[in-house]
Amino acid sequence: MRVIVMIKANEKSEAGEMPSQELLEQMTAFNEELVKAGVMLAGEGLHPSSKGVRVEFSGSERKVIDGPFAETKELLAGYWVWQVKSLDEAIEWVKRIPNPEGEHGIVEIRQVFEADDFGDELTPELHERNQRLREQTEASA
Amino acid sequence: MTGRHNPNSTGRFSARTVERGEVERTVEAVWRIESARLIAGIARLVRDVALAEDLAQEALVAALEQWPESGVPANPGAWLMATAKHRGVDRLRRAEVDQRKTEELARDLELRARESSDFAATADDPFDDDLLRLIFTACHPVLSTDARVAMTLRLLCGLTTREIARAYLSSEATVQQRIVRAKRTLSAARVPFEVPARGDLRERLASVLEVIYLIFNEGYSATAGEELIRPELMEEALRLGRILAELLPREAEVHGLVALMELHASRRRARISPAGDQVLLLDQDRSRWDWLLVGRGLAALERAYATGGAIGPYTLQAAIAACHARARVAEDTDWERIVALYDALAQLMPSPVVELNRAVAVGMAFGAAAGLEQVERLREEPALDGYYLLPTVRGDLLERLGRLEEARAEFERAARLTANARQRAALLDRAAACTAARG
Repeated sequence: MRVIVMIKANEKSEAGEMPSQELLEQMTAFNEELVKAGVMLAGEGLHPSSKGVRVEFSGSERKVIDGPFAETKELLAGYWVWQVKSLDEAIEWVKRIPNPEGEHGIVEIRQVFEADDFGDELTPELHERNQRLREQTEASA
Repeated sequence: MTGRHNPNSTGRFSARTVERGEVERTVEAVWRIESARLIAGIARLVRDVALAEDLAQEALVAALEQWPESGVPANPGAWLMATAKHRGVDRLRRAEVDQRKTEELARDLELRARESSDFAATADDPFDDDLLRLIFTACHPVLSTDARVAMTLRLLCGLTTREIARAYLSSEATVQQRIVRAKRTLSAARVPFEVPARGDLRERLASVLEVIYLIFNEGYSATAGEELIRPELMEEALRLGRILAELLPREAEVHGLVALMELHASRRRARISPAGDQVLLLDQDRSRWDWLLVGRGLAALERAYATGGAIGPYTLQAAIAACHARARVAEDTDWERIVALYDALAQLMPSPVVELNRAVAVGMAFGAAAGLEQVERLREEPALDGYYLLPTVRGDLLERLGRLEEARAEFERAARLTANARQRAALLDRAAACTAARG
């Protein structure tokens, strides 16, 4: 399964402050661990929201609103996309994210919606047939 | 120890926390992340993969017993390794090895600890060396292919017997027996726990790549209409391939295999129609391709070339897949390049199926007549006897040349050769269309 792992912003990241040398080194090493484990699919750091923009939708209206945005702890500072076996594996990896300065922070994990094994519009008949095949196999095991 | 709770609930713990404790779930997740390296590290010390797995399992049990009390350690992998080593030493002592032997063993262990790998690429990280040793051991040629697959899924992917059985639609007893026998075979053959010497590496690596690709294809499944696609197997194979690419970054074919798997996996959702039929590559809705995986596949292919090493069959197949991946629509496909790649592939991996695919590419690049010329050479090929795609391809080329009566006959022949009811219907439709066109 795929998860998106979102590092929430804080005052420092919103101020565009560069991470400490220690954090950079540890983060690099951590990213290498993810790659070596075959878990890392993608990952990027984000500029502060002062460099970003929102587009508000209302009917057919579109309103463009410049950053920065106020609710710091709801904003993102960075994200990863990981390939994991379970949400529990993702949690374990997230616990290992380096935090040398002992900061308080939030990392959110969300499962990426992946269509059913066979495709979004799979007919119910085929769905059921495959389910029965799986069950039969387990029963005879 | 921190608990898990949902502050929006009525104040009671969520059902999941009540079902299985947080510690169990953590232990399982840690096992997933650490078990292969754990087994590998222990195996280097005790020189016995079966014993290493036993000791690793003992450490796992110890974790389940102790962590609820003591909390999850800061470095769970190190805790498991230390625990497994202690158990290993205990076992040696209890086995009443005589004094001289114990000293020999101790000296031996010291020597092994200082040993550097024969394979320079991984000399820096001893843990990487161990993992490589485990990979080569699990895929040792003394084992049957089935045994290698089972050992790989068990030791490297950390799958339980039940998970392996489910994935292969087999019984737990069969899988269990297979693993037990495989361990016995390795032991009886005194297979050393090592990375093969340079001279043997390429051949031994071929065996590893074969196992990974077999697992991938088992999950990917060519005959989607009849068998289940099992994404969990595809994901395990991809993960293993990616791990191996970091362990052996200078081996082109490892990157080639990863590229091939990433690119095939990228098409998973486009390959199946709602009715469960296989959709051919050229008919697929490319907006349903996983472009994240396409990007990764192309990057892996670049790494393969960048090694400067010999380009092998996996890399070539990946390069062919990349030609398709680079075309946003089927019409943009660089067929001439694909023909050239099949030429190279046919040299390395001569096979009638490769020749048939090449003929299709020739037909696309240089016209139906040229393609047909290639196909005619294959008609007497015994290996393609009963292979429905041969008459299908021939029918398609004849149809494009306006030879409709012959095309109809080929489609009907193909329909008789396929066991898949929907495929048969589709082929008969094509035959009927030829008749109608002749009108």
